[in-house]
Amino acid sequence: MIVRILTEGQYDVADDRLDGLNELDSALEKAVEAGDAVAFSQSLGALLDAVRTGGSPLAADVLQDSDLILPPSDATIEEVRELLGDDGLIPG
Amino acid sequence: MSLMQRISLIFRAKADKALDRAEDPRETLDYSYKRQLDLLSKVRRGVADVATSRKRVELQVGQLQQQSDKLTQQAQKALSLGREDLAREALTRKSALTQQMADLQAQRDQLQGEEEKLTLASQRLQAKVESFRTQKETIKAKYTAAEASTRINEAFSGISEEMGDVGMAVQRAEDKTAQMQARSGAIDELIASGALDDVSAINRGDDISRELDALSSTSDVESELAALKAGTSAGAAPQALEAGDTTPPAQVEAAPVAEPGREGGQP
Repeated sequence: MIVRILTEGQYDVADDRLDGLNELDSALEKAVEAGDAVAFSQSLGALLDAVRTGGSPLAADVLQDSDLILPPSDATIEEVRELLGDDGLIPG
Repeated sequence: MSLMQRISLIFRAKADKALDRAEDPRETLDYSYKRQLDLLSKVRRGVADVATSRKRVELQVGQLQQQSDKLTQQAQKALSLGREDLAREALTRKSALTQQMADLQAQRDQLQGEEEKLTLASQRLQAKVESFRTQKETIKAKYTAAEASTRINEAFSGISEEMGDVGMAVQRAEDKTAQMQARSGAIDELIASGALDDVSAINRGDDISRELDALSSTSDVESELAALKAGTSAGAAPQALEAGDTTPPAQVEAAPVAEPGREGGQP
């Protein structure tokens, strides 16, 4: 499974790690919904670390799209909401 | 749907939309390749811009460091002259500068981080663009337009995601650099206006320097006077003679140099 951390690069992560990633992902999602900036940066950090330590960097010259795309490590809640198109101001 | 999946879908859709496709897929290949090269040069410019900002901040840190050192010297001098109040004032001003410097140092580190990130992004993109070029030539040489489309799609989705990502990295670096440029612009203005200079007194304009100068000229007078008084005793006479011996040869050497200048000036 190929996972991209935005602005950082792609990692090849073993498929059996997906459950662990999903857990971290739901923690992140809760933090975004609650607007909890502290919980957000903690759970984002944990999720990205799990990808970095559980996977190996994909060679730079490989042209392959990712199965999962994750926000940059220094992203804020606002940026993630923007990535999700949750601002509700711009239609379509 | 999980957060990761939502982000993935939205990001991919945006990245795909950014790459327009022509009627003939092989034309699309060339067009896309051109866009990739454009992006590559944009990333390289981004790296250079961030490096420029970093150097500017480093320069400012250096300037503040000089001023801070100066204040330390002033404090030492004030203390040696028994003026604890002046020493305290100098150290108070120094601590304000120390704050500024810590702030700038943090900015510098952040810019350095962005620079490294962008450099890596540009290397990755370079490798992927090269890969794409190779595949593009193979596809154009081997396949008809109809056959090519699947292979083109594969190459496309890989490169469009990378381009979207690199585009985002450049945008973020630009935003951060712009914020910091505004702040370091403010510090440049402070330095130029002399507000910081006055504090640390590279020139003699400030109050601490003036008082120290006044104090030390008074104490210089006193110590010279003391030396003169002591000079009436034995050791002073040979010293004065030695000084007298060295001065005349210097004057003799200086004279011939002055004469050709005078001769040249007369005709």
